[in-house]
Amino acid sequence: MNLAYYPGCALHGSSNDYEQSLRACLGSLDIQLKEIDDWICCGATAAHSLNQKLAVALPARNLALAETKGFHELLAPCPMCSMQLLKARKELMESEALRRSVSEIVELEVRGETKVLNLIQLFESIGLDKLKAAVKVPLSSLNAACYYGCLLTRPPEVVEFDDFEQPRSMEKIVEVLGGKTVDWNYRTECCGAGMTMASEQTVLDLSHKILTNAKQHGANCLVVACPMCHVNLDMKQPNIEQHYGVKHAMPIYYLSDVVGLALGFKPEALGVDRHFVCAGRSTEELGIRG
Amino acid sequence: MAAGMDSGPTRLIRLLQLGQTEKALRAQGMWQCVSCQTCSTRCPKSVDCAGIMDALRQLSFERGVTAPEQQRTVLFQKAFLNNIRRNGRLNELELIGEFKLTTFTRGRSVSFLLKDATLAPELMKRKKFHLVGEKARDRAVVARIFERCMDGSHL
Repeated sequence: MNLAYYPGCALHGSSNDYEQSLRACLGSLDIQLKEIDDWICCGATAAHSLNQKLAVALPARNLALAETKGFHELLAPCPMCSMQLLKARKELMESEALRRSVSEIVELEVRGETKVLNLIQLFESIGLDKLKAAVKVPLSSLNAACYYGCLLTRPPEVVEFDDFEQPRSMEKIVEVLGGKTVDWNYRTECCGAGMTMASEQTVLDLSHKILTNAKQHGANCLVVACPMCHVNLDMKQPNIEQHYGVKHAMPIYYLSDVVGLALGFKPEALGVDRHFVCAGRSTEELGIRG
Repeated sequence: MAAGMDSGPTRLIRLLQLGQTEKALRAQGMWQCVSCQTCSTRCPKSVDCAGIMDALRQLSFERGVTAPEQQRTVLFQKAFLNNIRRNGRLNELELIGEFKLTTFTRGRSVSFLLKDATLAPELMKRKKFHLVGEKARDRAVVARIFERCMDGSHL
């Protein structure tokens, strides 16, 4: 199956390990990602903070690019991109006048009909039964804290995905892979998101609380589906440990990493060896599989 | 996030309702806000508190009532949009460069300028960092989209 793919800037930048792992595991599930030709940035937090028109126009241009190629569905694995695309789509669907004016601004006819999927929704649409049948190495020692962060479930009227206080969709996928999940308190708390550069202390405080709570509840890893969450929890983990004088040593996996590991891929084939935390240690040693 | 704020969303909204705009603009709350959308999502009166935080940050920045450390959030966002306008896609190296320079010209903090410098080799080692970033092909259309949306105003 061919699926339109909007990588967004992070997956082609410092989060290219996320793209590596999702391409590997989707490929083995017979899904070919067709990158939208000449896509542009969604504008992210900067656009919705500084200019509301840009916050609609930038994602709208990408929706229009997908529509002109005849795609009805689009995978946006970054929740920031996904939320921005969905927000623009919702506003465009609600107003013909807006569709007309935005079409002029972005120089393409925008209908805003393309469905936008996050990575969890894509696995759901593949079917958990099919995923279960494809598992080669059950993750029997995995005890994952599934972490949703902010934008997978919020704002609920925009993303219309799962329960925004008590989501369960990621846990269901991990359980299908043979892994266990922990009940914990920080599943939908914020990691500090895009404040990594502008206000590092915020990121250190919030991410430290998340890692601490996951550990207290017996998790041996975190599973995320967001490049920003991964940066703050993985790349900044050494800084968090230094600042608080603790040792978390908590591996952070993308959802596509754990799916890929269960499908039999080696960690290096998924880019797990390029993470910051516990990257050099084997999955057996970490008690993830086998 | 509201727990760590000096003036959380409820207090900021109340100040605005009472017409105490100046006091709201001088509060720290919106600078601690991470746009996590929790306040907007849980508000029983459907007030878009997170959207109001965006507006407060912009107003406070424009009126010059913010301290240099707080301005960093807005300066980062401006550098981000400038980058997209030029390249169509985000160039991380350029973004960091522009952000660090603009914050330095305002706050003159050498430690902030050099902070994160050690990250570059770590990212390069992991093939997560590219000296030459990606660009969209049709950057002219991106520039025109910005022009139309900015309507004569500047970043």
